[in-house]
Amino acid sequence: MDRSEIKAFIAKRCAKELKDGDVVNLGIGLPTMIPHFLPEGVELVIHAELGIVGAGAAPAEGSENYDPYHVVDAGGSPASVACDGGFIDSASNFGLIRGGHVDACFLGALEVDAQGNLANWIIPGKKMPGMGGAMDLCVGAKKCIVCMEHTAKGNPKILEQCKLPLTASHCVNTIITEMCVFQVTENGLVMTELNPEFTVEDVKAATAAPFTVAEDCKSMLD
Amino acid sequence: MAKKPVITAKEAAAMIPEGATIMCGGFLGCGQARAIVKELVASGKGGFTLIANDMGRAVGPKGEEFFGIAELIHNKQVKRVVATHVGMTPEVGQQNTEGTLEVNLLPQGTLAECIRAAGAGLGGVLTPVGVDTLVEESPFCMGKQTIDGKDYLLMKPVHADVALLGTYKCDEAGNCWYKGTMRNFNTVMATAADLVIAETEYVVPVGEINHEDIHTFGICVDYIVEGDRK
Repeated sequence: MDRSEIKAFIAKRCAKELKDGDVVNLGIGLPTMIPHFLPEGVELVIHAELGIVGAGAAPAEGSENYDPYHVVDAGGSPASVACDGGFIDSASNFGLIRGGHVDACFLGALEVDAQGNLANWIIPGKKMPGMGGAMDLCVGAKKCIVCMEHTAKGNPKILEQCKLPLTASHCVNTIITEMCVFQVTENGLVMTELNPEFTVEDVKAATAAPFTVAEDCKSMLD
Repeated sequence: MAKKPVITAKEAAAMIPEGATIMCGGFLGCGQARAIVKELVASGKGGFTLIANDMGRAVGPKGEEFFGIAELIHNKQVKRVVATHVGMTPEVGQQNTEGTLEVNLLPQGTLAECIRAAGAGLGGVLTPVGVDTLVEESPFCMGKQTIDGKDYLLMKPVHADVALLGTYKCDEAGNCWYKGTMRNFNTVMATAADLVIAETEYVVPVGEINHEDIHTFGICVDYIVEGDRK
């Protein structure tokens, strides 16, 4: 798989986590591809942190609801509101997030570890984009799902313990990569699905944290 | 009816002193008082502290050079930034590395709630967000508290000298209505500054905004500026 195929593969697997009516926040990048892969009959309420509860599809330039100065997404790109959605201010919106009204958030990671700690907002001395809404989402969403390529330039991103400053501690429930699916449990990482293109040994070589393989570990393609 | 004075963007900028702490509503420039910001840039005044979700964008939706407060950063008129995300304005990171710009990053919900607290007369915010992170070392964090077995950070209210709102419609009494995603931080900022200036695309007669649809009340607004229509 090339990188764009890898991303689509991961997004497709993420879509299986969702059921009809779920309120979902999608991080920038790979997570925004998830809605393309939803099973038939599954419609989501897309939550956008800058102020849309129930966002619609990105409008095409020139279409009726294209309004790049007044309706945008968290990346600043033109957005739209669904027919049953609405606009909200930031304080109320983050009240919804912290208050547990968002079912799931999908986001990428620089590092994620065996305790479910996540680091994805700063590389001290190098890059300081900031946390934006990520800390609130990791703490407040009912489920926090990390979706990412398994390694960065061959280096493991799944570690025994994060080295970079955390976004939140003990927040990640599930890690979905092109190689496998890990559940974060009290006993550490448990592999519940494996991409048949890889072996458990391949995953071990690409993962810097210990993990166990579930007895009923399935194929990611099932 | 208590009418609020309508002034020019230049007059608004003239009211903001060198070194002021300025809250700017807006998310990547959407819902930002961009005409007033342009005049602040032209004024050449500096030493500002900016409180905003982000620092705008270097390029606008239709290729405009600078969109919102990014221009104040590029023009080196800012000494301190309080924000949640500055990844769209790499200049912030660069000036921070050079040691000329102090940057305080806060979680988005925490910044919104701390501003709300200041405007709502509260002494602080207890939030679980930021526990076990660098936010614990933020100058806005007053320590950790455990309530019913769960850890929270005690965060200080965030107040400013000036709040600049970016609204769509503002009636002559200062009541504001925001279109689409313009509302973002504007509604809380309107309550949390000594001087509040609402820039709007349309100044409208009282009554044009439905009573049920007033997002920011005119009692919070001191001056109105008519900005560019988009």
